[in-house]
Amino acid sequence: MEKFTTLTGPACPINQSNVNTDQILPARYLKWTRGMGLGKVLFHDLRFRAAEDENPDFPLNKPAWRDAKILVAARNFGCGSSREAAVYALCDYGIRCVIAPSFGDIFAGNAVQNGLLTAAVTDDEAAEIIVLLTQMPTLHVRVDLEHQDIVCGDRTYRFTVDPVRRARLLNGWDDIDLTESYRAQIAAFRVKDREERAWATPAAGG
Amino acid sequence: MPSRPARCCVRMCGDSDATIDETCAPPDRSSLTLVQSGSYTILIVQGAYGPTGMSQPQTIIDKLWSSHEIVRRHDGESLLWVDRHYVHEGSFHAFAKLDQRGAKVAEPGLTFGVADHYVPTRGSRYDIANSEIARMVRQVESNTKKHDIRLFGLDDPRQGIVHVVGPEQGLSLPGLLIVCGDSHTSTHGALGAYAFGIGASEVAHVLMTQTIWQKKPQRMRITVTGKTAPGISAKDIVLSIISQIGADGATGCAVEFAGSAIRALSMEGRLTLCNMSIEAGARCGLIAPDAAAFAYVKGRPYAPAGAEFDRAVEVWSKLASDENAEFDREVSLDGGQIAPIVTWGISPQDALPIDASAPDPAREPNTERAKYLRDALDYMGIAPGKRLTDIAVDRVFIGSCTNARIEDLRAAAAVLAGRTSKVPGLVSAGSSLVKRQAEQEGLDRIFRDAGLEWGESGCSMCVGINGDLVAPGERCASTTNRNFRGRQGPGARTHLMSPAMVAAAAVAGHLADVRKLLGSRTV
Ligand code: SF4
Repeated sequence: MEKFTTLTGPACPINQSNVNTDQILPARYLKWTRGMGLGKVLFHDLRFRAAEDENPDFPLNKPAWRDAKILVAARNFGCGSSREAAVYALCDYGIRCVIAPSFGDIFAGNAVQNGLLTAAVTDDEAAEIIVLLTQMPTLHVRVDLEHQDIVCGDRTYRFTVDPVRRARLLNGWDDIDLTESYRAQIAAFRVKDREERAWATPAAGG
Repeated sequence: MPSRPARCCVRMCGDSDATIDETCAPPDRSSLTLVQSGSYTILIVQGAYGPTGMSQPQTIIDKLWSSHEIVRRHDGESLLWVDRHYVHEGSFHAFAKLDQRGAKVAEPGLTFGVADHYVPTRGSRYDIANSEIARMVRQVESNTKKHDIRLFGLDDPRQGIVHVVGPEQGLSLPGLLIVCGDSHTSTHGALGAYAFGIGASEVAHVLMTQTIWQKKPQRMRITVTGKTAPGISAKDIVLSIISQIGADGATGCAVEFAGSAIRALSMEGRLTLCNMSIEAGARCGLIAPDAAAFAYVKGRPYAPAGAEFDRAVEVWSKLASDENAEFDREVSLDGGQIAPIVTWGISPQDALPIDASAPDPAREPNTERAKYLRDALDYMGIAPGKRLTDIAVDRVFIGSCTNARIEDLRAAAAVLAGRTSKVPGLVSAGSSLVKRQAEQEGLDRIFRDAGLEWGESGCSMCVGINGDLVAPGERCASTTNRNFRGRQGPGARTHLMSPAMVAAAAVAGHLADVRKLLGSRTV
């Protein structure tokens, strides 16, 4: 996994709460493999009115935000379906950080697996950043994971991120390698558990 | 043995007389000794209540957590053992990750596959017309075959939606930790299991290691007191909860549902309730397993049998939260106040009692909220302030992992019997076994006679990826769980409600109060 330390770039405001993963990636694209370029269909039904007819009102279609690296949204971003492909679509588009007051639980877990930072600020701060960006669309925002702050124009905001996730992003750790180092403990647990909770093994008859 | 503190176990009466407070005395009185010391009476508690057992009272979440914890890292994350892992067509990303590493599935015997999201509900199930959809179904067949995983595939009479099949087959049991790459895995918590949805990377991790890294969630209890009125179902309860606490009202929490109105629910109702806990953002939903849960599990194909079942019940009986266990958050609702409820907007939190009117953004003082209301009403094609019962529907859908179990189909059929639907609609049972049972009970005839289509089992119009779509602009009264923009198809407008309420909408041709259609019928 790619490490995350700092990131500077255009930041696109999505002034909506409860942006769900069905919006981020509509279900009909869930058949696509990663290699097919899910970034093309990120936010598809909000970005496009018909097949190739862009919706000029959707922020990502505005010239200043087309190459956004950061999204700023209202609370509960990424709620709903567990589809990790929503995160793939964001990453493939070039987004590496989402700033919002809160995130869907599963989404935030999927994000860290793919090197996408979910930076939590307060409701008021998110609203303020959205206003700043709307007034100055070309403003580049700097996100520093080490110091946990966001610089937006002459304003600096602290953000929170789960410390475990922060460490993983900073180090680019891979979960599976980490788990492999606990192989002995897992094996021991399994043996003991099979004995203590024999009922937990599915009945063979099925 | 439940560990309960000796808190308030002694009532001081004068300086010599002490009584044990019956309301909080541990069950085993022999473990208690009263000792006089000066003017104090001291209660000595032994065994589980003694010095080594003076542990904090635990919630069901704490108990499930500790029984699955393999290691706890210093940073607070724990590696948990996974008892059941369900995969489906959408799990292909995870299998691809396995292939990349050349890895094997660690515990094929604890992993089960189903074909549900993409399966056709009409036409040939085997000769799937759409090649992309056919590929998705073939893919789960080949991935499970390659890794020696049992699949409830298209040709299996037990096929169905993963969250219906798991409990139905006795795979989902009280006390287990269950994961699946699907957010509605919270459903299985109805049995008293710790069940939650995970993403593709985590699916790959579980496939390779049968474990998962988790941070302990906050503990939240939602208590629904009193008794619900006739015609009120679990769907009405859960939509009421979500409308009150919001779509992120339980984010990061493991939610235990408690209270008399919850206890009174059938297992089907409990599954509906826990299914939708994710719509309030919860990590999982849970209900303490009781006699109803044990009876539900008993005799199911994969459930423990005989002496093993009895031993299991002994363990399961101790899972309930201890009496004085503390929760991080508590919410309480009066079940008696719950009315049939429908959604009017684009999030499950946009729900109102059926006799209400759609909101009016002009009356909303908060500008952000007013903008949200305008957008939602605009997408839904509803005039501000319109009475909900004046909203005409174009079609109905009865199905999904939320509301397509036998009891749901019975409730809808009870309203539809002898009546016709004014609009077209599709009924897709939650599993092929539910479908067969419904046919044995003659429910399929009732739906067909009413003019609705009786399809095969699958996710169907809940998400539309098998081709069962609601057309752009069309309005559908639906028993599903998500009324997101475009959820049932691009431009589709979804109103969520209970099966009985969907049946009422079908009969009336508009959103309707099922209570007015009940007469002597019971749902
Ligand atoms: S029925 Fe709907 S919500 Fe349930 S698993 Fe299928 S797609 Fe997901």
